[in-house]
Amino acid sequence: MQHGKYRFIVGFLAPPLLIYAVFVVSPFVQAFQISMTDWSGLVGTARFVGLDNFVRLWESDEFWNALWHNVSMLAFVPLVTLALGLFFAFMLNVGGRRRKNEVVTGVAGSRFYKFVFFFPQVVSVTIIAVIWFNIYNPDPADGMLNSLLGAVGLDGLQNAWLGEKSLALWCISAVMVWGHVGFYVVLFSAAMASIPRDIYEAALLDGAGRFPTFFRITLPLLWDTVQTGWVYMGIIALDAFALVQIMSVNMGGPDGATDVMPLRLYLTAFRDSQYGYAAAMGVAMLVVTMAFAVLTLRFARRERIEY
Amino acid sequence: MGSTSARNDGSTPGDTGGHAGPGRRDLIKRSAALGLLTVPAMGLLSACATGGGGGGGGGDTTAAAGEKTAKNPLGVKEGAPLEAFIFKGGLGDQYAKDAEADYKATYKAEVKHTGTQQVGPKLTPRFAGGNPPDVIDNSGADHLDMNKLSTQGQLQDLAALLDAPSLDDPAKKVRDTIHPSTIEKGMHGDTFDVLYYAFTVYGTWYSQKLLDARGWAYPKTLDEMVALCGEIKKAGLAPWTYAGKYPYYVHFNLFAQIAKIGGMEKWIAIDNLEPNAWTSNDGVRQVVEHYEELAAKKYFLEGSQGLTHIQSQTAWNKGKAVFLPNGSWVENESAPTTPGDFGMAVGALFDGGGDKLPHGTLRAEPSEPYLVSAKGANPIGGMELLRIMLSKKHAQNFATKVKSLTCVVDATEGMTLSPGLASASKVFKEAGENLISLQLQEWYPALTDEKIGGLTGQLLAGELKAADWIRKTQAEADKVAKDGSVTKFKRTA
Repeated sequence: MQHGKYRFIVGFLAPPLLIYAVFVVSPFVQAFQISMTDWSGLVGTARFVGLDNFVRLWESDEFWNALWHNVSMLAFVPLVTLALGLFFAFMLNVGGRRRKNEVVTGVAGSRFYKFVFFFPQVVSVTIIAVIWFNIYNPDPADGMLNSLLGAVGLDGLQNAWLGEKSLALWCISAVMVWGHVGFYVVLFSAAMASIPRDIYEAALLDGAGRFPTFFRITLPLLWDTVQTGWVYMGIIALDAFALVQIMSVNMGGPDGATDVMPLRLYLTAFRDSQYGYAAAMGVAMLVVTMAFAVLTLRFARRERIEY
Repeated sequence: MGSTSARNDGSTPGDTGGHAGPGRRDLIKRSAALGLLTVPAMGLLSACATGGGGGGGGGDTTAAAGEKTAKNPLGVKEGAPLEAFIFKGGLGDQYAKDAEADYKATYKAEVKHTGTQQVGPKLTPRFAGGNPPDVIDNSGADHLDMNKLSTQGQLQDLAALLDAPSLDDPAKKVRDTIHPSTIEKGMHGDTFDVLYYAFTVYGTWYSQKLLDARGWAYPKTLDEMVALCGEIKKAGLAPWTYAGKYPYYVHFNLFAQIAKIGGMEKWIAIDNLEPNAWTSNDGVRQVVEHYEELAAKKYFLEGSQGLTHIQSQTAWNKGKAVFLPNGSWVENESAPTTPGDFGMAVGALFDGGGDKLPHGTLRAEPSEPYLVSAKGANPIGGMELLRIMLSKKHAQNFATKVKSLTCVVDATEGMTLSPGLASASKVFKEAGENLISLQLQEWYPALTDEKIGGLTGQLLAGELKAADWIRKTQAEADKVAKDGSVTKFKRTA
């Protein structure tokens, strides 16, 4: 059966590769090409300007400001999201009280919780942004968060939220965490389910409590999944476009306090009609994201345990 | 996980995962090589994104044209389809549909209508591809850059429309039926290529009923405003609110107030990005310090810095705040939340000290920029649609439907107007020649909305001193003046 092998392989590989090349590889290559022009995006002609756009980008305070916000979120959002996801997944699967005939169980009502946690994941990010924008509405009567604080007597904590320079970015980061925790609860739950029960049984016989069980058994055995989740969540934190665009005051404000790289790119392309410069930003974002993914996968690598 | 298994395929000694056969490894290598080959091949293909529609200008030759007659002075080709892209924001798009219906009936042609809030993102690729729609209402936050379009030859010269007879009176040219400032504002260099269909009156909006009920009078000067704000605050209301999410709403008043006190000559220096234009203007100091005082005395509704325009209008409609900086579209836009007896009214700019422009000066500007694409399929039909819209019938329809003025002079004479529109036409009449028209936001939106807007947000939240606002604004303006990638404009009057 050797003679037909290559025809068979090519037959299967060619269509997906072609689709991939047209819709993924070619826009990437084109972005590089456009980033070296002064294309306005409005006409079919552009002038080659070499690396001018990249020099401009390097010297732009706004871009560094936006990049800094992305990096801040990168430090905060994946850590909190994954920590919460792991915690909830552990509680739902392993952390319950011991019952008869069951070695490990979740807390009471874990099925219901799983459903509730996953819920934001099925809602589109636009809807999430609009909902939270209204929750953060600063009006003490109409804004949900402020009226809630007022109702429980915490008037002192009432705030303009998204209008407050020092809080706005964290308000948006919190929404990002809220929107993604559920996915990781489900992902980690699935991964935990594949950990053999007898390992837990052995730990229990040795008298391990919840904490040692989590840190000595669950986490090491889930490491691959956590690592993948980390990269995925990091890429989301490096984006944040939709939330910032819909929720932030004055597009990335107040006073640039929530600006992120993709928003900068969007404004440069669609408001300022400087597609060449915007493409250079896109290339810079690609570099940052790739560097993050490669570094994470490189340094988070650990011995793999077969079970 | 991908990386760990890839490592297992490597040749690390003592590797336990080496059971994958050599055949599979080969396969992976070969497909990777294929991928590498595909990348440069795609690079060749990719020349197309910036390649379409340019240079040759093939679009022009196919433009539809018919015979010119008295009834059809522009020479519209009967039956040739027309495409209109209308901004559907505060004014909706029904008024345009009504005009399109008339066009459809007269020329027995299909009119494709799109109402959208995303004019820029939706139309940019169509301009780049050389097949733009014929008529565009280029309004809203996401509008197209008209200066770029104009300099790159995408806009139809509308001189033929101006010189065509008006639909109501064949003896009168369209040019003579519309407000002179509309023609002035629609020019790029010597070419009239943008028709600002509506007329927006900017100012301080309030409820006449609320003022009457409390015995307050609309203040004449900035000082009177501060004094009245004190009384309002004592009465338990917030004197002002604003759309903090879009701080440029505040600029509607703030910039115009600067022009009123400092004079147009000095404002033109600001529009032209001249050095020290902000710092050397005493009007700037007076006005910005006024806003600083309002912020310091907490005369803004708490939390305004996080409100959208709709939320701020709603709070104002509910009587939580008395004054609101806005444009005349507010009456239509806030109609769903406005109480029936609200008595919406607008006031002109205030007097400061040593004003260059007299009391009653108003910022009233041509708005709703309509474009006709030079490279569209039917530019003549596009101009004809505008001619239909400039008829008395459709100007009045506009006033009734969306409670706003058009550029058609005296079109609303004798009509019963809604309270806000009546108030707007009254202050417009009273202002006479003293109308202020500003270009800064139109020309440099990144500067006004993002940069100065950010500063204004801080100023009104009480986090920025007036002196710092002026210094930083000047610095931002200087930065734009030096930036070679931003197209510059000059005005002399």
